[in-house]
Amino acid sequence: MILYYLQKLLFQLNRDPATRKQYESDFDGLLMEYDLTHEEKEALGKPDIGLLYVLGVNGQLLMHYAALKGYAWPDYIQSMKDGVAQHGPVRAGIYTMVED
Amino acid sequence: MALVFAGVCSHAPGITGRTHLAKPEDKDSFHAAYDGMRVSLEETRPDALIVIGAEHFANFFMNNMPTFAIGMGDSYEGPIEDEAWLGIKKHKVPGNRDLSTRLIQRVMQDVDVSYAEEWKFDHGIMVPLNFLTPRYDLDIIPININCQGPPLSPLARSYALGQALRRACDETPERIALVGTGGISHWPATPNSGKINEDFDREFLGIWAANKKSELLAYTDEDIYRRAGQGGFEIRTFIAVAGATAGATADIRYYRPIPPFAVGCTIGVVNLQQAGMRTAA
Repeated sequence: MILYYLQKLLFQLNRDPATRKQYESDFDGLLMEYDLTHEEKEALGKPDIGLLYVLGVNGQLLMHYAALKGYAWPDYIQSMKDGVAQHGPVRAGIYTMVED
Repeated sequence: MALVFAGVCSHAPGITGRTHLAKPEDKDSFHAAYDGMRVSLEETRPDALIVIGAEHFANFFMNNMPTFAIGMGDSYEGPIEDEAWLGIKKHKVPGNRDLSTRLIQRVMQDVDVSYAEEWKFDHGIMVPLNFLTPRYDLDIIPININCQGPPLSPLARSYALGQALRRACDETPERIALVGTGGISHWPATPNSGKINEDFDREFLGIWAANKKSELLAYTDEDIYRRAGQGGFEIRTFIAVAGATAGATADIRYYRPIPPFAVGCTIGVVNLQQAGMRTAA
């Protein structure tokens, strides 16, 4: 199921120390446990925060993944804007970008 | 006894985690308003504080999403987020299993709720606690309303939850304080973070403070999403407090859009003596 398991992985990563440990020691093995598309795996691995945003990852999950990967808050915001510019509008979910 | 205190407050993580980005006067005035809420709460000498929040995937996910969940633990922990990111140290937070159990059993007479003996608080509860119970010495009973993973329940059910909670509080011997915490209009964790619709906020707060049930429940999720963003779905927490305090008006003690905090920062306190129900001396 597209997006559901991508968000499930981030949910577990945010809250479960064991998942965090596996993320650091066995990233590929962790990905195997979730039904992810090739695009989702690539976006997680790079990481491509902008693409994860466009794929529809809820911002409440994504902002913690960005922080884990060392993004300062302004960089996180910019990476989502860059993602929309590069990949087009958000494809799913309720965390779309709107006109200011 | 009864409900001895009720109010609403904001919980955005920037309030504690990104203080350096806000104008000092904005940050200081809002933190002072939060401290004033703490003083008012303490004056009512509560035995426990119920926090109606809208968590953000700390405990509940789309594999098994409860519409309403009430904590039933001896204790809780939080924040789940990185301490430095949120600006709040990790704490063990006292709960009250016995009181929770009695409240849940009474609420269940009117509204179906899930319960949770394990609960990791995210910023949605920890930011309010950081200001309201800074010594973490008051029993906390968390309640969650799903505001993140649609389908979301109709607003009327949040009002009904509040009414059921009020009946439960009125039948317990303890002195209960109640705080609802959510955003009004905001677009958190998106490229639009910092966008705030002050017109919507002031309109909603006016209706909430007057406790006009029919007007509160007239909002649709389509309208909320268009005018107040996905963060606006959290008005369910305010509506639950309105349900718990039907018949009373409230004072909006503080409202100011603070874009670095990504929300119109709000403190509201209900004039419970007007509620026409049992009140505590």
